[in-house]
Amino acid sequence: MKKYLLLVSMLLVAFLAFAGPLKVAFLYVGPVGDDGWTYSQNLGRLYVQNYFGDKIQTTYIESVSMTDTVNVLQTLAQSGYKVIYTTSFDYMEQTAQVAKLFPDIIFENCSGYLTSQNMSSYFGRIYEPEFLTGLVGGAMTKTNKIGYVAAFPTPEVVRGINAFALGVQMVNPHATVQVVWVNDWYNPPAEKEAALSLMGAGCDVIKSETDSPAPLQAAASKDVYCIGYNTDQSSYAPKTFLIASVFDWGIYYKNDIQNVLDGTWKPQNFWGGLDTGVVGLTPMSNLVPDQVQKLVNAIEEAMKDHTFNPFAGPIYDRSGKLMVPAGQSVSDQDLLSMNWFVKGVIGNIPK
Amino acid sequence: MKIRFEKREKKPSKLLIFLASLLSVLIALVFLGFIILSLGDNPLTAYWQLVSWGLGTVPGLIQSLVSMMPLLFTSLGVLIAFKMKLWNIGAEGQFQMGAFAATWGALYLFPHLTNPWFFIPLLMMLGMVAGAFWGFLPGVMRAYLGVNEILSTLMLNYVAIYWVNYLTYGPWKGPHSYNFPVTAQFPQSAIFPQYGVGGLNLGIFISIGMAFFVLYLVRYTKFGFHLNIAGDNLRVGEYAGINVKKMIILVMVMGGAISGLGGMAEMSGVLFRLQPNFSPGYGYTAVIIAWLARLDPIATIIVSFFFGVLLVGSQQLQLFMQIPSSLVNAFNGILLFSLLASEIFLHYKIKWVRS
Repeated sequence: MKKYLLLVSMLLVAFLAFAGPLKVAFLYVGPVGDDGWTYSQNLGRLYVQNYFGDKIQTTYIESVSMTDTVNVLQTLAQSGYKVIYTTSFDYMEQTAQVAKLFPDIIFENCSGYLTSQNMSSYFGRIYEPEFLTGLVGGAMTKTNKIGYVAAFPTPEVVRGINAFALGVQMVNPHATVQVVWVNDWYNPPAEKEAALSLMGAGCDVIKSETDSPAPLQAAASKDVYCIGYNTDQSSYAPKTFLIASVFDWGIYYKNDIQNVLDGTWKPQNFWGGLDTGVVGLTPMSNLVPDQVQKLVNAIEEAMKDHTFNPFAGPIYDRSGKLMVPAGQSVSDQDLLSMNWFVKGVIGNIPK
Repeated sequence: MKIRFEKREKKPSKLLIFLASLLSVLIALVFLGFIILSLGDNPLTAYWQLVSWGLGTVPGLIQSLVSMMPLLFTSLGVLIAFKMKLWNIGAEGQFQMGAFAATWGALYLFPHLTNPWFFIPLLMMLGMVAGAFWGFLPGVMRAYLGVNEILSTLMLNYVAIYWVNYLTYGPWKGPHSYNFPVTAQFPQSAIFPQYGVGGLNLGIFISIGMAFFVLYLVRYTKFGFHLNIAGDNLRVGEYAGINVKKMIILVMVMGGAISGLGGMAEMSGVLFRLQPNFSPGYGYTAVIIAWLARLDPIATIIVSFFFGVLLVGSQQLQLFMQIPSSLVNAFNGILLFSLLASEIFLHYKIKWVRS
């Protein structure tokens, strides 16, 4: 018996010492079944697991509260995980805090801005496809009121709303975008209520930015057009779904993990646009008129070539003040800290 | 057939009470096993995952202790009140108010203090005062107006939670939080001494010390003597010359202070910043813990630690078996049910009567 135990423990030690696969962990802010943000992150995980096969071993932990973050990160760091992705802005500070303690482990935070010698941040320029969905929304509204269900007033979300509104106004200068804050990334009942109240206020297109498909379901229940986010949620509103901006995290994770395996990983601040494939669009519904579809496709191509910038001036803020003069555009720096709404957005950014 | 409950003549023995508690835990674990089975996983592997990291490894053990700390503080807070049959379920709110006061002190009242020897005790005082005040309110209402403390403490929890939400979403939002509801980080001088990288901090030892202090209080002081008499029967307490009204308020204030200190310790020892939902309901779990420990302060340490292990273990379940962590909430619920049921069987005989 003792011999057997010894053998097992030696095997265990040997296994740990020569552990083959690179252990990679993902922290999710919501459940993988949210059919939105976390779902898209998990698709990315499944993609790399499939792509690298035996070379990596992935795991995830979902709905991690901010208070548990440090605890969970320490568990992962101390049980052999070498690359840890924390896939929400919520986790940025805690990720940096734990990264300091484990310099040999790679930490990466999605949608934050902190980096260090063993911590990267990564995100997609989702505002590019958001501008394109704005074109569709602006073309489809009849009441000239579009409702926007948003999570938190972080720069990421404000930027997306602005890009969407600029897209709307490019095709329909009279349309407004009305914003309701849910103050949660994933809260289906609150997201649904927000969508219902916007429709009650006369909005005939619902744009969701939160994590669940609840706003789309609410729109479908009232036969109102809707535009999604994160993943293709068309099945939740088959009759009224127009288009959605989506993430494809697999592309980023594949390159990043390849770098780790090759030993060429360096901390970076990755912010990829349509040209990288990390962000994109779902197929458009047949409800969208042909010429609008053509416009969207043309501008998408122009953005990929960097010949079109959605944040090129002139851009006015809500009070009509000129924020970006013609011939200039908003710098990355200013995009990352954006806290003002463009003209045509109805709603407040709490200060 | 009818069921009738008849009061047992003898009080249940200590051994019997212990066995009943143990049985409640076992029943809850069995139920948990069925849920895991229905998810298509092996319950035995899950049990192993649930405890192996938190008990079997040093970092896991430290994490269990870190998770134990807020549970222990709040359990001791409710325990004192329960001793007097005051159903204080306001530990959650008192905990939140303690955290609020600590943050207020650390970031706004005394941001320039740099001497931790002075700063940290000051913050501890603040946390206790805020928690005590949150216990004082329902205490006074109960003593002088006869307001049911179950309702008032429960409702004050929401007031506290929304107060923290208001501050973190509004005026206290940190300068670098990019509109995210989280305050700035505590200055270094307001943070409890940390031992090693695992999160082991002074607060854990204070919480254990507090358990012994509560033991001393209820066993060896006049206050404890009065508490026990009034706890048996408020009327008897009054006849014995105890100022019951004063006792009610005092007990609620002390319970609140202990939970408030817990909130402060969570801020200063673990989180370093205030944010909404920073407590996953420690104050409610505390009610279950205090019951399971049968209001014994030392048993409370052990039971809190057990729940700390469970909390850490639930993360393991997710990481390695992809079992949702909400399972632990289900476990807590089943456990409370079986505890309450055991309470009935301990004090009552069941008789089948032909109608």
